Formats: sequence, structure tokens, C-alpha cells
Amino acid sequence: MDPILKRKIMLEHYEHPIHRGLVEDDRYIKVNTSNESCIDNLDIMYKIEDGRISDIRFDGEACVISISATSIMIKNLIGKTKEEIMMILKNYENMIDQKEYDDAVLGELNVYHDIYQQPNRRKCALLPFESLKKIVDKM
Amino acid sequence: MHREDFPILKQELIYFDNSATTLKPQQVIDAVVDYYTTYTANAHRGDYDNSLKVDMMYEQVRTKVKDFIHCKDEKEVVFTSGTTDSLNKIIFGYMKCFLKPGDEVLITKAEHASNILPWLELEKEIGIKVKYIPLENHLVTLKNVENSITDKTKVISLAHITNVLGDIRPILEIGKLCRDHGILFVVDGAQSVPHIKIDVQEMNIDFLAFSAHKMLGPTGVGVLYGRLELLENMKPTCFGGGMNATFTSTGEVEYKSLPSRLEAGTPNIAGVIGMGAAIDYLMNLGMDNITKHERYLKAYFLEKAKEVPNLVIYNKEMEGSLIAFNIDGVFSQDTAVYLNHYHICVRAGNHCAKILKEDLLVKNTCRISFYFYNTVEEIDQLIAVLKNSKDIFQIVL
Repeated sequence: MDPILKRKIMLEHYEHPIHRGLVEDDRYIKVNTSNESCIDNLDIMYKIEDGRISDIRFDGEACVISISATSIMIKNLIGKTKEEIMMILKNYENMIDQKEYDDAVLGELNVYHDIYQQPNRRKCALLPFESLKKIVDKM
Repeated sequence: MHREDFPILKQELIYFDNSATTLKPQQVIDAVVDYYTTYTANAHRGDYDNSLKVDMMYEQVRTKVKDFIHCKDEKEVVFTSGTTDSLNKIIFGYMKCFLKPGDEVLITKAEHASNILPWLELEKEIGIKVKYIPLENHLVTLKNVENSITDKTKVISLAHITNVLGDIRPILEIGKLCRDHGILFVVDGAQSVPHIKIDVQEMNIDFLAFSAHKMLGPTGVGVLYGRLELLENMKPTCFGGGMNATFTSTGEVEYKSLPSRLEAGTPNIAGVIGMGAAIDYLMNLGMDNITKHERYLKAYFLEKAKEVPNLVIYNKEMEGSLIAFNIDGVFSQDTAVYLNHYHICVRAGNHCAKILKEDLLVKNTCRISFYFYNTVEEIDQLIAVLKNSKDIFQIVL
């Protein structure tokens, strides 16, 4: 992927992340995600309806990688079923871990394909997906 | 000063993370290597030459520490694995027996986790009360300490210099206050002992904890100082080899005298010997010279920082040798990754003082912390890189 385009996508999501700001609504499941190896700290809330994720919102303080990955994740997951989410999650983790993966299901998440080159940032890219794992069983 | 003594500085490296750990001079490396290459043996048990040499070298360090912190007696110096270990031994070895339910311990929200969490554990275990001295513009004032003292206050436990903002507490005056009120005074010296002169007697410090690795020494070794009559009543928290005099199968046990009683197991011999070399190095250099150079660097940085308009500095007024800052609008970790691109090492985070953010209203900062081997040229390079930070995301992404 073209590095300039990649940077543009990440920065766009960092500077104007979608669905930033939490809501007071009991129908959401709230998960706090903090990164053990650094200082990122995000709250992410998921709304599940009819077997699909119908909304995700987030807030908190984190680095450019974590914030952009959260925003891109939200964009990609809304409306998806559990099976679709599991597939995205598996392929995303495989990509971060340099294993075989299908880039066709990842959309803009492909911008993190070479994050392994910065080992300290790997966990930042995985951060929002850690919270996703905690709610996916409840679907 | 003395950069030639630090082999790591032959690399392209600007090391501004000295509050986390310091670089090691050749003298310290040689002392450790010498133990491992020419006289390896255990301490306190052999009758052969190398073992006797180890005993001598190991015990000599106690005298060096005694002279370094100006305590009365070598027996007051206990070797530990570092500040955290020392504080835990003070709190669970001494305070747990000494304190009664309802007794109050005064700390602040700006303490390192190691001077908060053991106290909170003890609060749960035996029902003491941990109270926070209110900070005034993030500082501990004598007035607030005095106002926080009640009939039930039995201990005041404070960092001498904090690791987030680098403010220096009025330890001498607080020590006097403690003496007048019959309060035990515990000082976390992790950030002060490497940088300024300490006199535990003059400062009326009852217990002092510090680490070797923040003062040129090896990792995994540190010191617990305790006033002799207090240490005599301190219960070991670790039992086994090296600390017992005799024991029988029926449970009759006699422990060794101080300080061996508090140093169970084979100690970190290489570490202690390395720490001795570090203390020699610092005493040769003179602690006052170190303090003076660091102050000069900080003043120089603050002057140059005026050229960087989007730099927010949180502790301009503090005396210590560290600087807490952010580039306006940039998350601290991104700044640290950006600086790393230019081989400049700084720390980003909340610096193990997680409840301070309740007062500071800033969750995370970048921290620069100087030591005597840092130079104005290094600061110039840092300032130049910070000035160019509009390109930050082209670098970090």
C-alpha cells in the first residue's frame, strides 16, 4: 500500500474519528481497554441488536495508532454479524502477527499491514480489537 | 561531564530518560565483570581466598553506602533488590507489626506506586488509615504537612523528589516536624539519592529506600536504610539461607544479627559490588557538582524551549532535573516515538503515579530527565527536533 495514502487514512481517522463520545444508554455494553505495554486508555461501547452490532462508540486518550484503528474498526464492524466479525478479527490478528490473511475482508484496516516493523506499536493496533473479543461472545 | 566513561555513548544516542534508569560507566561494568571473571564465589560462607575476597568486597560496599548517605553504622544498611523491595520490607517487615488499627499514615497523590500500593495493602490487612497530604500547585508544603498531622499520625512516607514533576520536598523541615511529633519518617530516595546529597541523620530520616540502577549501578539491587533501633525490631519478610543462626526440627529458630537477618538467600553479589563502584564514581565526582550541572541543563532547556511555541511545560518552577512536557495537541507516546526516530530517548506516560492525574488534570506527559553526562549540545538537538514537530506524523506513521 502506498505509504502516503496509508498515512492519510490513519491521520484522517485520528483527527476526525467516527463515533467519538460515549452515550448514556443501558442497551450498550461498555468495555474499558487499556494497553498493558503503554498508556493508551479507551472506553468502547457496543450495541447489539438482532445478532448484529448496530452501533459502536468510543472515547479516551490514546496514540495515533490506537485512535485511528478504533475509528476504522468501528466503520468496518457496524452492521456485521458475529460470523463476519470473527472473520475480520481473525484475519486482522493474522495480519498483525505476520501470518497468512485475506486482505479482501479488512478494508481500510489494511493500513496496519506493516505495523510489525514497530513492535511497540503492535499492541496499539490491536487495542480496540481486545475489547471486541470481550463482547463477541455475548452476540 | 565525563562522557568518555560511558561506552554506550559511542552510539548515536541522546539519553534523556535518567529518571527511569541511568547509563553505566566503564568502572561499574568492570567491577561486575571482574567479580564474574576473576573471583566468583558465594558470600559469607567459604574459607577459600575467593570467597573471602567476595566477603570483603561485598561488605565494603556497606561502608561506602554508610559514607554516601551519612548514616551512623554499617548495620543500618540492608541490601535489597531496589527501591520497591526496600519500601515493601519497611512496610511489611516493620510497619505491619508497629502500627495498630486506626493509626494514620500520611502520603501524597504524587507518590510513585511503590510508596502507595504497599500502604493500601496494609490498610486492608490491618486497618491503618492512609491519608493524603493536600498538594499546593502540586507541591508539598510544610504548612499542609503540619495541618495533616493528627494524634493518630504515626508515619509520614514521601518521595524526596517526585518522578513525574521532579519537585524537591522540604525533607529537612519535614524531618524536624516528624521528630517533634514522634512520627516515623520514611523517604523514597529513588529520584533524589542519585542527584543530590543526602544526610539521613541531619534530615532525621528513619527509613530510606533507593535503587542502584538510577545512580550508575546495576539493575536489581538497592538499599534499605533504617535507624538501628528500628531495624532491630524489623521482622524479616523472607526466610531461609543466610539469615538464620540455628534452627531445630522442633521449631526453635534463632536468626542472625543485623543486617544479615534481613538478607535471606544468596544476595545479588555482582550487583552490590557494581553499586559500590557507582558510589565511588559519584563521590569522586561530588554530588554538589552533579546537582549544579543538572540545574544548569534545566535552565538552559527552559530558555531554549521559548523558541518552540507549541511546547507545553508543566513544571517550569520545580527545582529538580526533570521536565514534564507535551507538544500541544499531540499524545505523549506519539511524541516519544517521534523523538526516538532521532535517537532521543524520553519517557511517555503517567510515570507510575497514576493517581496524580486526579490533581494534575493531564493524564500523560513526556518526561526528560537529565544526568551529569548530558550536554547543552544534546539539548540543542532536542530543541531543533521539537521545532520541526509539524512533520511528526510523517515520521511516526
